[in-house]
Amino acid sequence: MTDAAPAFAALGDPTRLTLVMRLSHEGPLSISRLTDRARITRQAVTKHLRILEQARLVSSERAGRERLWQLRQNRLKDVRGYLDQISGQWDAALERLRVMVETGE
Amino acid sequence: MSTDRIEKGILLHAPLERVWQAISDSAQFGHWFGISFDGPFKPGTRVGGKISMTKVDPEIAKLQQPHLGKPVDFWVERVDPMRSISFRWHPYAVSPDADYSKEPTTLIEFTLQAIGNDTQLTITESGFDRIPLERRADAMKANEGGWSHQVKLIEKYLAMPRPS
Repeated sequence: MTDAAPAFAALGDPTRLTLVMRLSHEGPLSISRLTDRARITRQAVTKHLRILEQARLVSSERAGRERLWQLRQNRLKDVRGYLDQISGQWDAALERLRVMVETGE
Repeated sequence: MSTDRIEKGILLHAPLERVWQAISDSAQFGHWFGISFDGPFKPGTRVGGKISMTKVDPEIAKLQQPHLGKPVDFWVERVDPMRSISFRWHPYAVSPDADYSKEPTTLIEFTLQAIGNDTQLTITESGFDRIPLERRADAMKANEGGWSHQVKLIEKYLAMPRPS
């Protein structure tokens, strides 16, 4: 979790977020499939995938003549961890409130 | 999962008036939250404070130690007696060198409902999508380890015998 910053930066772009969402819903996809619905060039999709790859959010592997791109689920979990963390802080704060109002401490 | 909003609910075995005091009186709020405030919660005002150690829990107090004395600002939005109170603040504004003043705030709303002699408290914090991404990442770095401590704490609490 210590190096989450590049992941956040990489996700701070609507096109890249869309790519991540598609990989999340549809599983591993080729560049052609990802370009289909992206309304941007294959080159642009490749550029965005490289940025996501550098942030270790996605990885690719060769499958026959194509290269398939897939999500690295653990990295995405780190990003979701931010809200979990704040949520956990509230849980802890609420337990302290509970002790105070229920026991009169 | 929403990335913009957190909602929390808790049923407190205490009367509504007691819970209202605990969330609307800045001294009492500070007692459980771990902030000593300079003044009362008045709608439309900013209340400054400093991170203090919670008096309720020694283990959490230890975790707060490194942040001790850091300034925190609350902007009091609305106060609807016995029902709700809302604030704005900079979530996780704990980095010593960062200037948070120009950054967007999140909105925290506390809502109360009496259920017999108990009180249902709902807290929502929203507006995280507007917080700069690098700040969200900072917050994660700053609090690494904190979350697992809290889980342990809650487990410990749940294992304690409770008044029925």
